[in-house]
Amino acid sequence: MSTYYASLLAESGILLLGALSVYIILATGQLSLGNGAFMGIGAYLSSYLTVALNVPLTLALVIAAIAAGIIGAIVAFPALRLKGIYLAMATVGFGEMVRSFFLNFDAMGGSGGYRGMQHISVGYVWLWAGGILIAVMLLERSRVWLEMQAVHDDETAAGLIGLNTTVTKIGAFGAGAAVAAISGGLFAHHNVYIEPANFGFDRSIEFVLAVILGGSTVGPGSLVGSLLLVFLPEFLRPIADWRLAAFGTLLILVLLVRRQGILDRSLIRTLTFRRAAA
Amino acid sequence: MLIQQLVNGLTLGAVYTLLALSFSLVMGILGILNLAIAELFMIGGYLGFTLITAGFPLPVAVLGGMLGAAAIAIAIEKIGYQPLRDAPLVTPMLSTLGFSIILQNVATNIWGSDPAQLPDEYFGKQYALGPINIGEMQLIVLVATVVLVAVVAYIVQKTPMGRALRAVAENREVARILGVSADRLTMLAFILSGSLAGVAGVLIALHYGTITPYLGVEIGLKAIAVMVIGGTRQIWGALVAGPLIGIAEVLTVAYGGSQVRDFVVYGFMILILLLRPQGLLGGARSDQGQRV
Repeated sequence: MSTYYASLLAESGILLLGALSVYIILATGQLSLGNGAFMGIGAYLSSYLTVALNVPLTLALVIAAIAAGIIGAIVAFPALRLKGIYLAMATVGFGEMVRSFFLNFDAMGGSGGYRGMQHISVGYVWLWAGGILIAVMLLERSRVWLEMQAVHDDETAAGLIGLNTTVTKIGAFGAGAAVAAISGGLFAHHNVYIEPANFGFDRSIEFVLAVILGGSTVGPGSLVGSLLLVFLPEFLRPIADWRLAAFGTLLILVLLVRRQGILDRSLIRTLTFRRAAA
Repeated sequence: MLIQQLVNGLTLGAVYTLLALSFSLVMGILGILNLAIAELFMIGGYLGFTLITAGFPLPVAVLGGMLGAAAIAIAIEKIGYQPLRDAPLVTPMLSTLGFSIILQNVATNIWGSDPAQLPDEYFGKQYALGPINIGEMQLIVLVATVVLVAVVAYIVQKTPMGRALRAVAENREVARILGVSADRLTMLAFILSGSLAGVAGVLIALHYGTITPYLGVEIGLKAIAVMVIGGTRQIWGALVAGPLIGIAEVLTVAYGGSQVRDFVVYGFMILILLLRPQGLLGGARSDQGQRV
């Protein structure tokens, strides 16, 4: 395997974690368009820990994940008031604010970026990506996931049967943020250079795209989506200048033909478009 | 100096207003974010730019940008929105993202990724009003914005078409039962929204005298913030929020440094979402948003 393909593979592992971070939050019916920000927090924090404080990488990633998870839960609290597309727009705002913060954070390079991280192998990236994918798939078989699905399907009804919808929604946000932070930490140590522009709106949208394209009803859908998003543009390389246009066209086609994403378990879990019950 | 800043902020805000209105026409009626609007704005700008450099007068350029953007908006509605109308909200949003990727790529291939420049002689005239300098183009932007907002407000508030639009926004099913053709009005919303984005693009391109294929991305997100701050169901909301954000931006750049600008704008947007979800002037409520 050439180093080029190895690096693409690492990229898709990093994207898979980002996609899973959106997937977990989406499972409770909340759309986050700001997960690039949690990725950025994870990237900056873990890089600071390994470069400035000589903390071992794995420990640094865990610390970054916990910190981002706490921030995610804090952010989720006010976000409880918002639903649907308005929540999504608030997360866009949050993402832009965090990006803007790192742009002004001169202690870690500001707009000049931050460097000095040790390069990690593609194997290490996939150890995390694969591990968390399996964890999510195990979670999907648990009672907690059923509760998340209940909140997704009908929050009012879920509350009426005694589920604590607040805890579920905040927990999902925190877990999603933690996963995104690990994605960011791996990104930082794979690219060995980070700058605030890495973690903007484009990144957040890429995560969502991977989930929706791959299939938003099953965990492995994110895997399909991230591999597709990273490798498809490579296969389109022969058409050079027009490859983004071709990519956009394929994206629309996939959505038109399989709106539930490429992978889905069955029609039972297909997200149905319903008007808010409230 | 302060007044000069205010005038500059007002011009920027006027363009935000038009674009925010463009977003909110689709958002308020259909509840989806049409992410391609940012690129319609950019394409409109390029079309206007091309027409002006080819020697056509300004009204032709504005009309060209408007019609071009509206035509693309029709295609987006037919291909990207209509078939996905009953899918979860995020799906049509991503199909409009697909269009925005295509449009940006096409613009880069046609016009190049380097900024296109307008020669200085166009609209370079400056009027001095006491201590303030106001450019000819600045004046045109401000007047055009007020006129366009008035036209849109008239269409939405006073015409039968506008009443039908508001009825669909209120409750699509009931509107249909009462004999309103929801599909035709969906198309209308896209056309109106596309036209506004196109005009806004022409205006900002000529005001700056330069344009790049990335213009839409920069200004589009801000326009979404302006839409939220103004409220999605009130035409006048955007007219208040646009200049407010434009001026806030120009002032933070002047007195706080350009770096904190985005922080202020998006922070304000989040505050509005949390404290006054219906927007400054009221209207749609975010705690009743549709499911994703």
